[in-house]
Amino acid sequence: MDTIIDVNNVSMCFNLAEEKTDTFKEYVLKLITGKLHFNEFYALRNVSFQVERGESVALIGKNGSGKSTMLKIIAGVMSPSQGSVTVNGSIAPLIELGAGFDMDLTARENIYLNGAVLGYDRSFMNQHFDEIVDFSELQSFIDVPVKNFSSGMVARLGFAIATVVRADVLVVDEILAVGDFKFQQKCRARMAELMAGGTTLLFVSHSAAQVKELCKKAAWFDNGELMAFGATEEVYKLYESKYQN
Amino acid sequence: MKIHKILPFFQHLTQFKPLLNELVVRDLKLKYRRSILGYVWSLLNPLLMMTIMTLVFSYMFRFDIPNYPLYLICGQTLWSFFSESTTMAMQSVLANGSLIRKVYIPKYIFPIARVLSSFVTMTFSLAAILIVMIATGVPLSWELLLVPTCLLFLLVFCMGIGMILSAMAVYFRDIVHLYGVLIMAWMYTTPIFYPISALPEEIAYYIQFNPMYHYITFFRSLVLYGALPPANVWFSCIVSSILSFLLGVFVFHKLQRNFILYV
Repeated sequence: MDTIIDVNNVSMCFNLAEEKTDTFKEYVLKLITGKLHFNEFYALRNVSFQVERGESVALIGKNGSGKSTMLKIIAGVMSPSQGSVTVNGSIAPLIELGAGFDMDLTARENIYLNGAVLGYDRSFMNQHFDEIVDFSELQSFIDVPVKNFSSGMVARLGFAIATVVRADVLVVDEILAVGDFKFQQKCRARMAELMAGGTTLLFVSHSAAQVKELCKKAAWFDNGELMAFGATEEVYKLYESKYQN
Repeated sequence: MKIHKILPFFQHLTQFKPLLNELVVRDLKLKYRRSILGYVWSLLNPLLMMTIMTLVFSYMFRFDIPNYPLYLICGQTLWSFFSESTTMAMQSVLANGSLIRKVYIPKYIFPIARVLSSFVTMTFSLAAILIVMIATGVPLSWELLLVPTCLLFLLVFCMGIGMILSAMAVYFRDIVHLYGVLIMAWMYTTPIFYPISALPEEIAYYIQFNPMYHYITFFRSLVLYGALPPANVWFSCIVSSILSFLLGVFVFHKLQRNFILYV
């Protein structure tokens, strides 16, 4: 098996200014008066793990424990303060569904725009257009501006676009919470299908049932540190035992 | 900064060319969406502006300029492209903040797309200039074939300024407000509706450091006088566009790393 994601001793440090300095005047004033000090905050601290091609890994932990920061670093949205991340393949980021939508454009126009955000050209999107529309079940709303959509409808469209291509890595961050029961089922089926085709899945969820169903491995984050990494069942045992006391 | 650090900056360009296309198409679509005349506005707007300014400046302030309407619309078209494209580019990174926070995209694509979409709109306005040329009986000369060259220099210049502004606006939002004032001052120091000879000599000397003056002079000498611009105008246009672009790439590259923490 070859390693597809290599997270090597990654730390992410944010400078939390005590007050946010938004304007130039404030910045200069603070610089002069010497009040420009920062609170350092480590969202991630010395995290290392490897994911093999075709594996499915869940990132679990409390809110604010660093899961989403980790995903953003893997997706290349942020660069880590220390350490390095190597990804040997293409990534389809579903960090938030519909992130690339322009609310004033129609669903049809957004399919092309969002496809381009993920790096696919017009002819490629033309080939997969019907598939996307079918999966999202939005046939009758295809020429309606997205601003008139419900959040569930936006999520459907976003999921359909991001999963139409077989990317090497699929990054999914708590998106199955929206959408009705039937659509959630459909999404899980699609993810299982992608995984069967060799796609690596990175999955963030607070639902233990969903994680256990989809992922063989889990990484437990707490206060920016990687507490445990291994088989889902074992990591959950540790995770649950900590919060039961 | 070494060149091998800058080159990877553009390595995704082929991969994200479709995105650049879609962004430009989006801007063009949204610009005139739901207006009845649509793209005709790109033609009508400069003509109406020219009419009003010709009336104002022929009756209130008199300048001795032959074919004043054409003189005016030439300067006006180039200036409004410059001011529109840089102002929109300045906001582009901030406006797409939600996207930058979630998906990896080379960020320079946003200011570049904005400038390109303004450029496309501007080329529609060239039809307005052609109408004025024909209406005022200006002969069509071979020199007009150089118009694309002139516009290309200006395009590269605007891209550079757009990248600088968009990167700085992320850290200091004040620039958005400051630039409105700055661009007004810049407009009055550019001979758009007055001839440079109307200025006192000591001020006219400084105007030659204004790149926009040279782009407009270049354009006017082709369109209005059917002549090749003098060598110093060529030189100023080429040098200022290259300098602006390189500076833009340099500043943007330096500042983009922490965009995500501020947008």
